[in-house]
Amino acid sequence: MGELKVHRVRFFDYMPTAIRAMAFNAHTERLALARMDGSVEIFNFTDHYFQEKVIPGKDSRSIESLCWVGGRLFSAGLNGEIAEYDLENLRPKYSLEAYGGPIWTVISNTQGTQLAIGCEDGTVKLFEVLEEHIQFERNLDRQKGRIISLSWHPSGTHIAAGMMDMIRVFDVPTGHAVQRLLVDRGIGGSKSRETVVWSVAFLSDHTVVSGDSAGKVQVWDGHTGTLVKTHLVTKWDVLALSVSKDESSVVAGTSEGTVIQFQFIAPTLHQQDKEWVRTRTFKNHTHDVRALAEIETAIVSGGMDTHLVVRPLLEKFDEKSHASGLRKIHFPHRNLVSCAKKAGLLLFQFPGQLELWRLGDSDGHGKPGDRLPLKWKPEKLLLLKRKGEDHICCSALSSCGGWLAYSTVSSVRIYRLQTDNNISITKVSKLPKVLRSAHQLCFSSDSSKMFAASSQSSVLVIALTQSECKYVHTLKPKSGSRQPIHLMTTSVDGKWLAAANSDCEIHVYNLQKLKLHCIVPVYGSCPSAMGIHPTTNNLTMVHADQQLFEYSIVEKQYTDWSRKLQKQGLHNVWLDRDTPVTHVTFNPKNPNQVVLHDMHMFCIIDQSLPLPDQKTQFYNQMTLRSLSEQERPSHLHAFKICKTFQDLLCVSLLDDQSLVVVERPLLAITSQLPAPVRQKKFAT
Amino acid sequence: MISYVESGITVSVKVYSSSSEECVHDLQGHTDLVSGIARNPSNHLQVYSCSADGTVRLWDFTDGILIKTFIIGYPIYSIYVSEKHGGVVFVVVPMANDKSSELFQLVAVHLPRSGDQEVEARELSAVLCDVSPSPGAASFGREGEYVAAAKGLQLEVFFFKKQKFFLKPGIKKGSKNAFTCVSCHPKEDCIATGHADGKIRLWRNFNQKKEYTYSTLHWHHGAVNTLQFTPEGTNLLSGGIESVLVQWRYTQENQKDFLPRLGAAITHIAVSPDGSLFCTSHSDNKITIIQSCVKVSAIIQGLVKSEGVRTDLMIDPRSKALVLNGKPGHLQFYSLHRDKQLYNLDIVQQEYINEEGLDQFEVVKAAFDAHGDWLATVEERRQKGSELEINLKLWAYDEQTQSFVLNTTVTAPHEDQITAMCFSPSPETTMLVTISFDGHFKAWLLADHSDTKEGASWSCDFVGGYHLLKPGCCCFSADGSLLAVGFQEVVTVWSPSSWELLTTLSQPPGAIRDLCFGRLSCSKYLLGTSTKNQLCCWNILTCSLEWSTPMDVSLLQADPLSENIAAFCSQSGLFVFKPGEPRPLYSQRALCTGKVQHAIFAPRDQMLESCEEHAQWLNRSQLYFLTQHMVLTVFVFGGVFQLMVDNSVAVTPFYLLLGKHRLQQQQQQQEALTNPMAERIQLPQGSIAIKEVCLLYTPAHVLPSASFLCSMFVRSLLISSQNSIVMMALHPRGLFHQSCSDTSVQMETRRGSHIKCNFTTWFVLIQTTRPEFNPEHPVQELELCRPPHTGRVRIPILVYYRLHTIYSSPHTI
Repeated sequence: MGELKVHRVRFFDYMPTAIRAMAFNAHTERLALARMDGSVEIFNFTDHYFQEKVIPGKDSRSIESLCWVGGRLFSAGLNGEIAEYDLENLRPKYSLEAYGGPIWTVISNTQGTQLAIGCEDGTVKLFEVLEEHIQFERNLDRQKGRIISLSWHPSGTHIAAGMMDMIRVFDVPTGHAVQRLLVDRGIGGSKSRETVVWSVAFLSDHTVVSGDSAGKVQVWDGHTGTLVKTHLVTKWDVLALSVSKDESSVVAGTSEGTVIQFQFIAPTLHQQDKEWVRTRTFKNHTHDVRALAEIETAIVSGGMDTHLVVRPLLEKFDEKSHASGLRKIHFPHRNLVSCAKKAGLLLFQFPGQLELWRLGDSDGHGKPGDRLPLKWKPEKLLLLKRKGEDHICCSALSSCGGWLAYSTVSSVRIYRLQTDNNISITKVSKLPKVLRSAHQLCFSSDSSKMFAASSQSSVLVIALTQSECKYVHTLKPKSGSRQPIHLMTTSVDGKWLAAANSDCEIHVYNLQKLKLHCIVPVYGSCPSAMGIHPTTNNLTMVHADQQLFEYSIVEKQYTDWSRKLQKQGLHNVWLDRDTPVTHVTFNPKNPNQVVLHDMHMFCIIDQSLPLPDQKTQFYNQMTLRSLSEQERPSHLHAFKICKTFQDLLCVSLLDDQSLVVVERPLLAITSQLPAPVRQKKFAT
Repeated sequence: MISYVESGITVSVKVYSSSSEECVHDLQGHTDLVSGIARNPSNHLQVYSCSADGTVRLWDFTDGILIKTFIIGYPIYSIYVSEKHGGVVFVVVPMANDKSSELFQLVAVHLPRSGDQEVEARELSAVLCDVSPSPGAASFGREGEYVAAAKGLQLEVFFFKKQKFFLKPGIKKGSKNAFTCVSCHPKEDCIATGHADGKIRLWRNFNQKKEYTYSTLHWHHGAVNTLQFTPEGTNLLSGGIESVLVQWRYTQENQKDFLPRLGAAITHIAVSPDGSLFCTSHSDNKITIIQSCVKVSAIIQGLVKSEGVRTDLMIDPRSKALVLNGKPGHLQFYSLHRDKQLYNLDIVQQEYINEEGLDQFEVVKAAFDAHGDWLATVEERRQKGSELEINLKLWAYDEQTQSFVLNTTVTAPHEDQITAMCFSPSPETTMLVTISFDGHFKAWLLADHSDTKEGASWSCDFVGGYHLLKPGCCCFSADGSLLAVGFQEVVTVWSPSSWELLTTLSQPPGAIRDLCFGRLSCSKYLLGTSTKNQLCCWNILTCSLEWSTPMDVSLLQADPLSENIAAFCSQSGLFVFKPGEPRPLYSQRALCTGKVQHAIFAPRDQMLESCEEHAQWLNRSQLYFLTQHMVLTVFVFGGVFQLMVDNSVAVTPFYLLLGKHRLQQQQQQQEALTNPMAERIQLPQGSIAIKEVCLLYTPAHVLPSASFLCSMFVRSLLISSQNSIVMMALHPRGLFHQSCSDTSVQMETRRGSHIKCNFTTWFVLIQTTRPEFNPEHPVQELELCRPPHTGRVRIPILVYYRLHTIYSSPHTI
């Protein structure tokens, strides 16, 4: 691999926020996930759980519940508003005051014609879902006490509502409450505290399943209003319930971080009368499980400990595959770090601010693995707080370090930076009117142009000069895709720009002619990272399913190396990795080397070396080290993988041949979380 | 109503009463290890037992009668029965027809209906291949519809109706969650499995489609050894190394009851058919009977097998019980005559924490004074990186509670390990001497503080040493007037009254290993063994060496009731001699396999009137010894049966009856031995003989009618026609060397050493109950037969001694 000086950066205090709500769309296989800061993420479960879209949060918005109606996504929160999201422009489409105080939950009926919300003032409000809007229809009978949770019977005639100390069943056509199911309080000291029914599920055989703050999962008969079975599962709260599609299984998430499965099983085989039996327990969280979804083959859970867990149900798989492995998604599948390669600056993007750091330097020499003495320490040059309520959705730093730009859903700001001796920052005041918001920002390598990904996959080209910035052109794709662009990259010679959107299309534009050059053949999986080679102008793309392609922009075809790689197939170890590659850079000194990384490793692909076949040892760095100089060449292969650094957010190669590795140890994230509920541990 | 607990122990099945803890019957008949027992589902008074000898036997356990013997022909490792499958028992046999095979299969055996006592059951049909041979690893499900068997990481379910396998995929490999045991719910389709990581999984919905699911219960921190559903299926019982019986409520698994402190790891659980009594067997040779998980109602406790006997064997002078290490931190009092533990004395008095690699206090030395009023114990704990912790505790016998009460605790009595400890036998003073590697010996005296309220307590009286040498052993003379302490090569003799060094004796080279004063008429002699294989005898009166002989003596033990001293050699030879006489009373080579590590003379209840001179040394006491394989063996030498009717020494008719059949047995075995090519045949008359033995133990009200007995009895008095005794080996010089063809045990006796009379030949018969010679199961019966004297006696006089194994494998239910 050769020797590299490594800047091991651990001062990016990235802190994801807790997961609050989740909704799975079985039709499109998209999971919508709401975090505490009001941001919404869309994961594509058909494409290796790739995080397709991120709708940035807003200070005043809090989301308590998410709900899909067809392809439309609605949310409701404690600010009392219902919002619908524009998934093409990654922003709320509209929001509507419900006039019922804070909203705890929102659900839709199976037909997708109505929404029901549960409000703090004790009303269940029905909204009609119209083509472009929703409209208030009526209230159901108002109850005393807040409505915490709702569940619609699949036929649409009844709604079960979880409240304080009770569950109400409403008849939807008349709007009257027909059943009142009283929920016991906890025993002991919690007797005086009201029991909160955090979650209810109404099954098609009129069974109501409830989870409450006394730690019980209870099964009720919805017709008669009688309790069928009580499962005391925890000393703390049962916060979330989710029912499988065939209603044979219910999962419950608790404050202890466990997910408990209940199954509808006949106690004796081949008999009809079935009962709900507690079966498996999954413990993948340390904190409250606030959101749950049971999908066809897996249980998806998330909560206070900020990571999303996809726990496959192993009995649904016949053989081991990438889908049968446990997935934990900790980091976003996009870049939060911009690196100025010439100036040695790093820009860290937080939802509320940007941080600009200058890397330290050292002129020492040492053995591999040594810590070098620092000539100067890394230094935080700048902390830039955003203006307005909207959170930052993207940011960029030019490679010379002279320009900085960020965008929220409402505005784009560009700054001129001076970092040489005395640091100064000046906002570029006059921006072109067309530049209102951007999904992605990117500077050309000579910092003369800035590219902003706009709506409908178009790219705005902005010319930057010392005094002003000027709108030049809008690059539009021919395909007419309306999906947002999530990746953009330019070539070093300034001639090419590649942009990838959520439809998996990659457009290559000629920046000299300002027109579309070609479309890379569409591959079925979304590109997760790409880069244009500085000398050959080949576009290297890595997709969410871990496939790797190299496309010659000049020749408009895949390169020979890429064809060879596809013909031979990637190594299974490579394909089995569970985090996508999020960054591709190149070694300017050695044109054969491509540097890419995911969360757990970084890899230098040397295109001059033979490709590994399935039999070769894939992680061979340790073996190579133990071999003598003469034996090594026969064991070399193109993928050189380093796992020394873990929990990587960014790996980039600076122009002075030093490697920047931005780590965010998961332990550091865990240590900043609030303390979990106290549990008696064995032998303590 | 009496409920019975059956426990399979080595070669017999014992029936205990669950209310009185007494052994009601000993069902003997199997010739090899009994591996399992099961109730006959169609008759609740009958029980099946299976054994590695390849037979399944059906017993009437209330009367203790063998009803039938089914010969399977393969060694059987466990047995299962099911109510639905009448006339069929399921046994686990090796896949290949040899004992070394690692693969086992579960087969169904159709028991033929015939009136014969002994039936060959050859109709076997394989049910499951590759199962685990351990008895808890398979279980029959609801109404016998399926059988579940677990091995390694796989659980297999076989449905009888569909004749279909249902294979569960192995659970995650690499982790320590291999299956250990299985139990099926009797009413619902639920299989409970125990795992090596302490989890219990309840499997449900296991139909042919892959829709099975499981829930996990976790309380045990060690492996789950055994699982059992109660007959109604309302509760699930589990046990493991924690020695806690856990009762889980079925379907409400978070409610569980515990019965803690059962003493040792639970190995098996059985539930009575009405569910009122549970029975757990433990790794320390104990059966506990529990009333519905609430109360321990009875304990059947054998000799506890401890990790290592670091205290010597001792005899409690009061109860005449054998005292040795029992449970960790305890001393056990074990009645030799009743094969029963009398009680446990908690010495360490600390909670024992069951964890590997944890250093805890161990009882390393114990000693009784002459009357059993005082008990001294030494416990030590050696932790890595810290100093040795030693406590000396002195316990006074309390007449009221009939047990020992702690009187004095001395922390750190010595700076180093205590190597020996003994009480002074003198009646005037109560004195204890401790010897330590720190170069000193200390004398402790009972100081009477009658003026204070505290009562008597012990304190140090004297600290002695000799040239900073390390002392290794000590011994008081019989009257307590002399104390001999071995300081490496030097024996120092002290006067305990004045603490004066009287003399030193030395016989280099070699450090003194063991010291022993002679008793009674030989009390002037001091015997010592050295590491350089010398056995020396000093005369204390002359302070000179009386005699010495090169002999590799590893253990020297004096009989307190006679002058005799037993010396065990390294090659487990035994010599019994009187210090004053140069010639040994008795000698025996190759007594058993393994080195004899501890031995003790236990006084007999009644003195025997033995006429044989070579056996007279055992008249007053019995010799018990413990080998390195932790087998406690008793040396029985003396049942001398003279089968002449005119020889009228207290020959009761039953005595005669018994002896006669034993004799016949011997003869047949002799015949079998003379023809080594012939197969080892099953004794055709063995069953009758045993029946008659049983007859003696059977209560009178269950005996057959007197007329039946009478005819049998009269028949046995008739002189047998078969009088063919075969000489095995003849040697004119009387020194002979005989190796048996199938055991390779060698025996050698010296002529005249124990028989003075004119017998010229001996022959040796060695019968082992296990065909292979296994160090864990040493010779269980070793018999010496003497041919008839040519002139006078017509019917052979049979001399036999028997090594009776008391340590047995843990009880199995």
